[in-house]
Amino acid sequence: MKKFVLRRFAQMIFVWILVSIFSFSIVYFAPGDPLYIYMTPGATGHKMTDEELDRMRESLGLNGNVVEQYMSWAGKAARGNLGISINNKRPVLDQILEKLPCTAGLMGASLVLSLVLAIPLGLIAGTHKNKLADNIISGLTYLGISVPAFWLGIMMIIVFSMTFKLLPGSGMRTIGVNSAWDVIQHGIMPALVLSLNNMAVFVRYIRSNTIVQLEEEYVLTAVSKGAGKKRIMYGHVLKNCMLPVITSVGSRLGTLVTGSFIIESVFAWPGLGTLGMSAINNRDYPMIMGITMFSCTMLLLGNFLADILYGFADPRIKQGKE
Amino acid sequence: MEKFLEVKNLRVSYHSYAGEVQSVRGVSFSIDAGQSVAIVGESGCGKSVTAKTIMGLIQTPPGEIKEGSQILFEGRDILSQTPEQWQEYRGKDCAIIFQDALAALNPTMTIGNQVAEKLLIHTSMSRAEAWEEAGRLLKLVGIPNPEKRMKQYPHEFSGGQRQRIMIAIALACQPRLLIADEPTTALDVTIQADIIDLLKDIQKEFGMAVIMITHDLGIVANIAKKIIVMYAGKVVETGSSQDIFYRPRHPYTKALLRAVPRLDTEEEQSLESIEGTPPNMIDPPAGCAFSTRCAQCMRICQKSEPPMFEFEDGHTAQCWLYHPMAAQGNEE
Amino acid sequence: MAKLLTPLNQAALKAEDFSKIERENKEISVRYDRGFFHHVKKALGENKIAAVCLVILCVIITGALMAPLSSVDPDYMDVMNKMAGPSREHWFGTDELGRDSFTRALYGSRVSLLVGFATMVVSVTAGTCVGAVSGYAGGKTDMILMRIVDMFQSVPSLLMIIVIFSFVPNNMVTLVLMLALFSWTGVARIVRAQTLTLKERDFVIAAKTLGVSHVKIILKHIIPNMTTQIIVAASLSIAGAILDESALSYLGYGVALPKASWGSMLQNAQQYILYDPLLALIPGMFILLTVLCFNILGDALQYALDPRLHK
Repeated sequence: MKKFVLRRFAQMIFVWILVSIFSFSIVYFAPGDPLYIYMTPGATGHKMTDEELDRMRESLGLNGNVVEQYMSWAGKAARGNLGISINNKRPVLDQILEKLPCTAGLMGASLVLSLVLAIPLGLIAGTHKNKLADNIISGLTYLGISVPAFWLGIMMIIVFSMTFKLLPGSGMRTIGVNSAWDVIQHGIMPALVLSLNNMAVFVRYIRSNTIVQLEEEYVLTAVSKGAGKKRIMYGHVLKNCMLPVITSVGSRLGTLVTGSFIIESVFAWPGLGTLGMSAINNRDYPMIMGITMFSCTMLLLGNFLADILYGFADPRIKQGKE
Repeated sequence: MEKFLEVKNLRVSYHSYAGEVQSVRGVSFSIDAGQSVAIVGESGCGKSVTAKTIMGLIQTPPGEIKEGSQILFEGRDILSQTPEQWQEYRGKDCAIIFQDALAALNPTMTIGNQVAEKLLIHTSMSRAEAWEEAGRLLKLVGIPNPEKRMKQYPHEFSGGQRQRIMIAIALACQPRLLIADEPTTALDVTIQADIIDLLKDIQKEFGMAVIMITHDLGIVANIAKKIIVMYAGKVVETGSSQDIFYRPRHPYTKALLRAVPRLDTEEEQSLESIEGTPPNMIDPPAGCAFSTRCAQCMRICQKSEPPMFEFEDGHTAQCWLYHPMAAQGNEE
Repeated sequence: MAKLLTPLNQAALKAEDFSKIERENKEISVRYDRGFFHHVKKALGENKIAAVCLVILCVIITGALMAPLSSVDPDYMDVMNKMAGPSREHWFGTDELGRDSFTRALYGSRVSLLVGFATMVVSVTAGTCVGAVSGYAGGKTDMILMRIVDMFQSVPSLLMIIVIFSFVPNNMVTLVLMLALFSWTGVARIVRAQTLTLKERDFVIAAKTLGVSHVKIILKHIIPNMTTQIIVAASLSIAGAILDESALSYLGYGVALPKASWGSMLQNAQQYILYDPLLALIPGMFILLTVLCFNILGDALQYALDPRLHK
């Protein structure tokens, strides 16, 4: 088990380095001097002197060749210094951490929602293979994986916010109102829309897992012991078909991050996605890098934790066999 | 006298992509209490399906137990049991051991729990009592140091040990019938003998009836009192092991015996394989199913089902060769 | 002598019935292994929904191919009929500039489908190559290639594509390449897993011992044996590419206007949804329907081509 954890950890670090090189080089090759906006008297009304520009370059690690720049950036990033946003001159990390609760809340709510609904639905579909309940559930999962989430969001805004005025269609808070209930009301639609795709994927996964497990021979052994349906389901099949779901949750985190960027933009949810979009529009490269690295780190950590959790739950891996 | 187990005209089919596979086509036999019986035949001859039907493990669909089939266990027809009666019967009256013990054990449940589970289902034992009893059973089947090993998972045991665990599970609640479905096929030859010896010992100790399903005539010789030979979903010959080994009557049984290496004969004997392949069970041939591979095939064999002949007490075979009219042309 | 137990009608038996027969050595063999199209046809016959999906896709593809034959110009502005509802002239109404929504959706399908197919071709080709090499080579090569796959799966793809589009000209070719860059990894994983099992099979080992070159083994023995999985992945990858393209277009980074895809029609419509929800409804329904059909067909194919199901 220790070896397993160490190996997964080393893999994670390796992927993290690859990610940082990849995203750094993309941003590096992006054209235009990121300090362009400071060279001309723009909105700030202040034209920087060459000396000031040099100091700014230095502080952003923009001097030297690619490798030097990367090393300087990565060294700082590893210590949690993601640099200063060009746009408003505040530390990137502070701004990310400010917005994080909004995005994390949205993603967490949608992940919980998708699992809470997917587990029973997947089990029902799997145990009633090709019967009416399975056909209905499976049909709905096709819709779930096929619908463009942002379009569904728009449609829901039209129906629930504009036509029936049941739920607020944008933002996270009503101005002047400061209650949890208000935030929840704002969050219902984005969380639901964001969860649909993952929910459909989980249902399909759990369904096929259940079908496979029910055909395993150990189920026959349990039957021949005289175990009833409930005992077979809850005592034997459930654990074996839920175990791999842990890793599948880890592998869906990427979709969750990308999905939340789009959904935030549909519902004007003030999270990391919105921050990222405005950073792109403003060519705020430290911010883009910061958000990219931050979400990658979260993703890799999530994946790593899911694998470790799976390792602990499955005796075959726990004892070092794979 | 009432028989312990009586299978009457059992017919089982599977509905598959290619059509209806008639796995078992009218099998009848009976077993006395405490008797050990072997069902022998090539793979696909319906012996496993027969065993699973006795255990009530045929999934319907795709399987189908045909109208008119009967299995009497101590006089009561088990095929007409309610699901609750089935649960009561499985494990308590009748137990089964499968070929692949690794697949047959739940990979994420400790061995102790898997043995104890059966005791919890059928007896009023507490968890602790069941756990203790499970330890006793594991020791009985030859798992050393059971207290420690009960907390381990199936992948931590060797193939032979896993089969011993399966036997321990089967023994729990002391069923009167034990079905062993190819229990040694997946094991090394040296371990095969150990498992057979263990089965023999517990059969003697507990006095249970054992049905041994196998394709290997060699291993049944010293365990089974009675042998049932099956071919293409039918019983072709039944008899005591003496009858089958020394006085085989059906051409298929003879061919099977010629394919087993023997140490007990002085004369030089070459091993022979049986030519051809078993018939397609979606569309089985009319008449005798073995006729397509039989060296002594007659016209009638391809037309009508052979009748049953009795040779000694309890030694029967279904073959046209023993009809008086055939004897003239086919002197042996 | 043997005692007869079965009642027999002895009178009906004739002596010649008991004559021995001479056996002709005729091999009777039943072929269960039928071709690809047989299974597909059979699956579509049994799965009516998949058959319907195939018909719908054919209609959409035909519509996309035939669009230029229509006499209606997608850019013609019927100024008198801005944001009109459905009528005989404009089946799905008109947009804010008075352009015919139906014709624009037809032209939109050309872009969306083309992007979908092209992305599928690129990502399936790349994924197959990398997956096969990774699985076949094993060891360090496998480890590094798989970490690269991990990397592509953990960067926020949309964000990266948008950043890249800030310095790469945005056209059909670059769009397809970008979408493929972040979607080949799924195929690579599937192909690698298949390769790992196939390379242990006897025919591959036999080819190896005969001295067949590695490239030839991969191309002639490994890849042809997983066409099923690749076809299924291709079908699902078209669906994914169409969805990704629409999301990108919706965020304003899709194919440049005036060439509208379904996604950019949606982006355009968002400003006017209050006045004319139909503008957003139609392209969305097109995306949903097309992606749904590809997904259902992909699954039906998987079911039809799964050898375990034809026993």
